[in-house]
Amino acid sequence: MRFGHKYAFLLPGLLVLIAILIFPILFTVRLSLSGWNSYNPNLDFVGIKNYIRLFTSDARFWEAFFRLSFFSFTTVFLQYVLGFGLALLVWKDILFKRFFRVLFLIPMMTTPVIMTVIWKTVFHESLGPVNDLLSYVGVSYNWLSDPVVSKFTVIIVEVWQWTPFMFLLLLAGLLSLPKEAFLAASIDGAGPIRKFIYVTFPLMAPISIGAIIIRLIEASKIMDTIYVLTSGGPGTSTETTSFYIFIKGLREFQFGYAAAMSFTYLIIMIISLTVIVNVLVRVFNGRNS
Amino acid sequence: MKQRLRHYIMPLAVTLGAASTASGDQWSDQFPHIANTGDIAGECSYESMSQKDYSGRTLTINTHAVPVMGEPTALHAESFAALTGATVDVIHTPAGDLYSKAMIPFQAGQAPYDIVFGFSNFIRDWLPYLEPVPEYYVNMRQMQDVTQSHIDVNSWDGQMVQFPIDGDRHYLKYRKDVIDNPEMQAKYLADTGNELRVPQTWKEYAEMASYFNGWDWDNDGELEYGSAEVMKKDDLMYAAFFSRSVAYSKNPRTEGGFFFDLETMEPLINNPGFVEALTDWVEATSYVPPGGINFGLGDEINSFGGGQTLFSFSWDDAFVAAMEDTSPIKNQVGVAPLPGADRVWNRDTGAWDDTYNQAPYIVWGWTAAVAKKSKNHEMAFDYLCFFANDANHQADIAIGRFGVNPFKKSDFVPEIYVERQGWDPQIAQEYSETLLDMEEGSTNRVFPLRVPGVFEFTSAVATGTSKALAGQLSPQEALDEVAAEWEAILDRVGRDNVRDAYAIGVALEDNLR
Repeated sequence: MRFGHKYAFLLPGLLVLIAILIFPILFTVRLSLSGWNSYNPNLDFVGIKNYIRLFTSDARFWEAFFRLSFFSFTTVFLQYVLGFGLALLVWKDILFKRFFRVLFLIPMMTTPVIMTVIWKTVFHESLGPVNDLLSYVGVSYNWLSDPVVSKFTVIIVEVWQWTPFMFLLLLAGLLSLPKEAFLAASIDGAGPIRKFIYVTFPLMAPISIGAIIIRLIEASKIMDTIYVLTSGGPGTSTETTSFYIFIKGLREFQFGYAAAMSFTYLIIMIISLTVIVNVLVRVFNGRNS
Repeated sequence: MKQRLRHYIMPLAVTLGAASTASGDQWSDQFPHIANTGDIAGECSYESMSQKDYSGRTLTINTHAVPVMGEPTALHAESFAALTGATVDVIHTPAGDLYSKAMIPFQAGQAPYDIVFGFSNFIRDWLPYLEPVPEYYVNMRQMQDVTQSHIDVNSWDGQMVQFPIDGDRHYLKYRKDVIDNPEMQAKYLADTGNELRVPQTWKEYAEMASYFNGWDWDNDGELEYGSAEVMKKDDLMYAAFFSRSVAYSKNPRTEGGFFFDLETMEPLINNPGFVEALTDWVEATSYVPPGGINFGLGDEINSFGGGQTLFSFSWDDAFVAAMEDTSPIKNQVGVAPLPGADRVWNRDTGAWDDTYNQAPYIVWGWTAAVAKKSKNHEMAFDYLCFFANDANHQADIAIGRFGVNPFKKSDFVPEIYVERQGWDPQIAQEYSETLLDMEEGSTNRVFPLRVPGVFEFTSAVATGTSKALAGQLSPQEALDEVAAEWEAILDRVGRDNVRDAYAIGVALEDNLR
């Protein structure tokens, strides 16, 4: 029996894969080896010059990367804690359970750019309602114009926007947990806290790992919130890697260099996330054992 | 000055007379936007455009988002389509993406847009991809009315490649009801020992702005502040920094470059003049409204135009917004040249010249150009010519949100603002005189940086200065960082390439053309 026709069926998918994944990556690598900029729009060959510049003289890229790491870990941790809490809240039979389940999902359904514009208005130092309300207790903050406070403003907006995603995944996980383990724990006399520590949390490990990884991947691409809320400022205090690459590539038209940064960033993210997955598996498996 | 104004009033009177005898009623009935003037006779008037037939053809325009420049583009596109039978597609793009949205297809050899709107300092990077303005348009009467400064801004080495549609410079706006108020003057004198007047130097500006910061000096129940400025990173802030720098760094006795030493191409951005300006600017963070360090141009317009601050400086828009009928401070604002300085850096002697210095900054502004690869050159230039015809232009400059500002000699006649927009005659007089003097009176002007890779240079300035404003670096450290980055850009783009382009701007500054 001949199976040649099977490859014909696979071909369209393969071509799509090449067009949307393989070709862009290969082109990015080639672009990163060129000096393409506004004055020299050519795929000339400059070797690894762009990579040497990145690793030897661009402290701003690495500062942006460490800032991004801070944002990613902080926001995802908070989203996980809050999302888990909210999921536990509506997991059990409570009044208006369905209403709350929908309510908690609303932020995720809104458009991030539009919501960030609204948050920007909310946190506006002289016209926004937050400082107006805080003024009644004699307090006000420079939410967007203080290098330290602005970082927390970004975190607040990100946590508000994406906690529902974590909530959704974790709630789905909770609803799929087997009842037998909880019955056995009840028979053994375990209270709610012990049940959570020894039953719920370990059983949720696979879903937790998946949810955290998905959110870490998304958080590492944070761009629209920064773009709208602070433009990376004040100074460079909220500038992240993707925003910095955007500035170099699409604002300054340093395509060759931006490609080098993008490819380097991709490699770093693949390695980092692989390590993080392994660490998370060990942590959660450790709890299981 | 008055003589010069009279010189311009005469042609305007002729123009207005012509308007009244032209078919103004017919066209203004159909196009209410020009109700104040009716059609004004000219090569690209409504009457002239109605003679053209572009039926079955499509013009594609990439312009800014609504309202600034995007609204008049769309409005005039609709009129142009109605008059000529053309189909006009208008695409709106955020300001920050105008450059790349045109540049990417330019570099790829494509022409998705017949007309691209952008800032006049894009000129060097866009130059290879633009169709020069044909002689017919360069020589027509409408173009003869454009000030030489704006002919220069839209030309490259004597050839016009962008079509003048807007005029821009940075100047000082102030609250007349405070600065000219005898009670306030007496109070200020008693409290500080200084005279309250239109600030002549940036130091005076800072003293007054600090004094009037954080209290309700106009008794409207709200707190007012000293100054509204464009300080938000990457949102045109570098232009604001250059406005503050010209007084300290543009020395009429040292020709050959403001941004670079043309001979050596050494960046001058970290010399003591620029450092002094940045030091002043860092101090300014203490007298801007809360969150002022994050103000973009829109915030600045709203803040000063809404009566929140004593001073503002940048493009015309904040002043025009403040003078609109809906403004709470209409006819309570004044204009003056940018403040100067009591000393100016002399890079030849390596010391300060202790003499008063002031320099206008003919900043870049809106412009539009026709793509070389467009197949609709004639229709595209006709559209731009129609956009800037006298009737449209007169109507456009009265609407602050349009972002269209004076650039024609006939714009600098106070009477038009008094009669058509209800401005106080003295304010109209000051406005016209200040703007015209910057355009044609000064010989110590600074033109925008127009070199290959301009965005790399200005982006470095924005990053460095914003670090200083945020307290991440000292002014000297920040500008040293900018200078180092400029050196690296020079190496990448090519020192000679940048020098060749920069020499054209320096020739304008040194009055060699």
